[in-house]
Amino acid sequence: MPMRMDRQGWWNAVRKGLIWGGVAVFVAMVGMVETFAERQVIIGVVSFGMTLLALAGVAAGFQAARGPAGGGRVSALLGGAVAGAVVGAAVAGLLLVGSVLNLRTMFVSASPRLFSLLSAGQGLHGWYLPLLAGTALGMIAAGASTLAARLRRPILTGLMSVLTVGVFQELLQIMLGGEGVGAVIRDVLFESEGLLPRGALILFLVAWASSSLWIWRRAAVHVWVARRPASQQRGLRLLTLGIGVSALLLLPHLAGPFLSQVLVLVGLFALLGLGLNIVVGFAGLLDLGYVAFFAMGAYTVGLLTSTGEHGIFHFSFWTAVPIAMVVSLIGGVLLGIPVLRIRGDYLAIATMGFGEIIRLLVLSDFLRPWLGGSQGILAIPKPTIVGLELSGPEQLFYLTLVLCGLVVFVASRLRDSRLGRAWMAVREDEDVAEAMGINLVNVKLLAFGLGASFGGLSGAIFAVMVGSVFPHSFQLLISIKVLSPIIVGGMGSLPGVLVGSLALVGLPELLREFADFRFLVYGAALVAMMQLRPEGLWPEPVRKRELHESEQDAAEPEKVLA
Amino acid sequence: MRGAWARKGTLVDLYLWAFRVVVILVVIWGTFGTLRAGTYSREHWIDFAVFGLSQGSIYALIALGYTMVYGVLRMINFAHGEVFMSGAYTAYFVADAFGRSGYLNRNPLVSYLAILVVAMLTSTAIALVVERLAYRPLRRAPRLVPLISAIGASFFLQYAFRGLYGSGFKAYPEPEVLKGKWVIAGIGILRSQVIVVVGAALMLLVLYWFVMRTKTGMAMRAVSEDKDAAALMGIDVDRVIVITFALGAAMAGAAGVLYALVFKQVHFFMGFVPGIKAFTAAVLGGIGNVPGAMLGGLFLGLVESVGPALFLDGLGIVAPYQLKDVIAFTMLVMVLIFRPSGILGERLVVKKA
Repeated sequence: MPMRMDRQGWWNAVRKGLIWGGVAVFVAMVGMVETFAERQVIIGVVSFGMTLLALAGVAAGFQAARGPAGGGRVSALLGGAVAGAVVGAAVAGLLLVGSVLNLRTMFVSASPRLFSLLSAGQGLHGWYLPLLAGTALGMIAAGASTLAARLRRPILTGLMSVLTVGVFQELLQIMLGGEGVGAVIRDVLFESEGLLPRGALILFLVAWASSSLWIWRRAAVHVWVARRPASQQRGLRLLTLGIGVSALLLLPHLAGPFLSQVLVLVGLFALLGLGLNIVVGFAGLLDLGYVAFFAMGAYTVGLLTSTGEHGIFHFSFWTAVPIAMVVSLIGGVLLGIPVLRIRGDYLAIATMGFGEIIRLLVLSDFLRPWLGGSQGILAIPKPTIVGLELSGPEQLFYLTLVLCGLVVFVASRLRDSRLGRAWMAVREDEDVAEAMGINLVNVKLLAFGLGASFGGLSGAIFAVMVGSVFPHSFQLLISIKVLSPIIVGGMGSLPGVLVGSLALVGLPELLREFADFRFLVYGAALVAMMQLRPEGLWPEPVRKRELHESEQDAAEPEKVLA
Repeated sequence: MRGAWARKGTLVDLYLWAFRVVVILVVIWGTFGTLRAGTYSREHWIDFAVFGLSQGSIYALIALGYTMVYGVLRMINFAHGEVFMSGAYTAYFVADAFGRSGYLNRNPLVSYLAILVVAMLTSTAIALVVERLAYRPLRRAPRLVPLISAIGASFFLQYAFRGLYGSGFKAYPEPEVLKGKWVIAGIGILRSQVIVVVGAALMLLVLYWFVMRTKTGMAMRAVSEDKDAAALMGIDVDRVIVITFALGAAMAGAAGVLYALVFKQVHFFMGFVPGIKAFTAAVLGGIGNVPGAMLGGLFLGLVESVGPALFLDGLGIVAPYQLKDVIAFTMLVMVLIFRPSGILGERLVVKKA
């Protein structure tokens, strides 16, 4: 086995190191390291902020080892070490510059605390520490990359479970409860502030063992299931579904009001996402003004039910919701008609313009006597159901869950209907769809209208959840917040929307410190998804084929030119 | 194509006509009301117009970036507003250092040139990074894919700068020379506004000369006509695209400094609204058309500054200035609906991605 790497291999390692070193410096300077230093993954050992930095080193090492170097394990290790060392050198360079110059006049996050974190409290004298850590991490990652997947996967699973449990330890501790078996497990794994080193070790071993077991026995399990008679297979599937649903139903009881609150938000954005998914995912009309319908629903419910000064009829929530949906539907059609003939990116900008116009009008003093201007509409009563007030987050969670289920059902029936196929035809090619006899006006307006009415429904829930409506809640950012889960989950895919909302709305809510970086990560996620997996994490099979076909089409002319 | 629409869309056409007529009636009615009431004197109108011109020339500078990139790539560079912000925000630190040391007042010309250079370089660097990482890999992807990537890049940049430089407003220092008014032809005009209009006009002239008279400019125009044919003529298309991004970004960076001269503060979110408005200006003038973007910018600036007083005040609307963005966005939507080719542009053939 040759011991030396060729020049290309070295250069590749240095390049990967430089890229990930840049990422590491950016993560530090943007304030993530310091903010997340509060969140300990393992008490006294490593914080989430440091984990982020470490991941840059690991990624560099892994990529360098996977590069075009070739030439066996030794050169892979060497490449990983070089890449990791370059990442470490970048961080060390930041440390040196930051200790000599006062970067804080420009970069607010370049605090003394950051530099003490980077050097493990040693200050300028600790400059070699990031360098050593980077080299070691790069080498370890490179070593891991040369292992067989059979061995590597369990280790990765183990590390990921430790990271997840460590980061979300507060929540898990609440879920384990104060007594019984849960309390025993909790005392073994956790301390009040976080995961103990021994807990981390136990977790790692358990996750490693079960993952290895699964990889070892997976084929056998599949064979076993396949050999059962059909009725038993269906029974098994129903059992898994039943366990999933009951876990979902019990979740608020296990995890307390905070998690319920988060789940209500996730449900709300899933509901919005399902509505927007009809417009963007099914019909392929990129609508950036979707928040307008959310606002219409919320304001309709606010005006109809509020007991405050702007309330008109003092209806009950259940009367107001259908009205809100109808109002948003009409709004969707009215705003849809003018933009019928606009396509693609122009459509996105035009709908965004409409969304902003509506927000600015609601905010203005001009409409203040009716809509309350910037003060909004206050005192919206909670809905009641047979004399029971749905006041707490837990009750609202069940409400959103039921509505989500309903909307998923409606959306899936729509998708498989004649109309749904017409939408997909329009998404692929408007001209061809029209030539095939699809009435573009009707089909597009139905997409806008139905999508808008689901948006209105979520607006209605939002109004009662918060108890008041402000124009401030309906900024363009909300449209982006709804769009991102759809894109990440997979355009047009219903499970994709749910998974996307859970990942992009749920996780950031659970990590409180994350708030400042939410849109940073959304932006990066959108850019990355478009390049790595434009079809999303959980794509519709049709959509996936479309995107890959078009890639092939695009590749052809290149070949012709070459 | 047109015929099919007309047959099927009679109700739609009616609705669109009603929309047009209502907007025109509102404008006429409001103008009539305002002029009859005579709330505003001649000086007021001149002030509005000058402010509109200075704001419009900033929009024009930003709009160039949209229009040139659209010309060569047929994509909306949604992150262009953030490119504008990055230059102004980074140059703030230079301006602040000059302001503190007193050099800004001793030698305003040199310090402003330095600020301008820093802003333009930063904007260019950011735009090139965005082009390399977010757009170039998607050159041949379906049309919505680069747009979504651009939206992502836009939010990434906003919040990256928020994390790097902080979330507060930063006050741009102002040299003594630019405080107060100059009297030109009997009209007192704020000095900073004069500088903005003159500076922007110079930039626009230089750019126009570059696009129309140099070899690289000619290559840019060739690429925007037909990318494949240009490549066959021996033009390095990738290089031209990079130059286009760089030029647009440099103009945006300069616009950022001028913006800071007028509004005297910078913020991480400052790029969004001017970005959208500059896009409106680009569409207004006919996207892909360089003189069109300049005209569109000036026109939009004027309408936005004169409009609230002229159209809305007469309708008895309280605080019409809160609605100036509504005027801009309404213009955007109306241009997109009724004349997507803009004032100067020829009708675009609907090209598929």
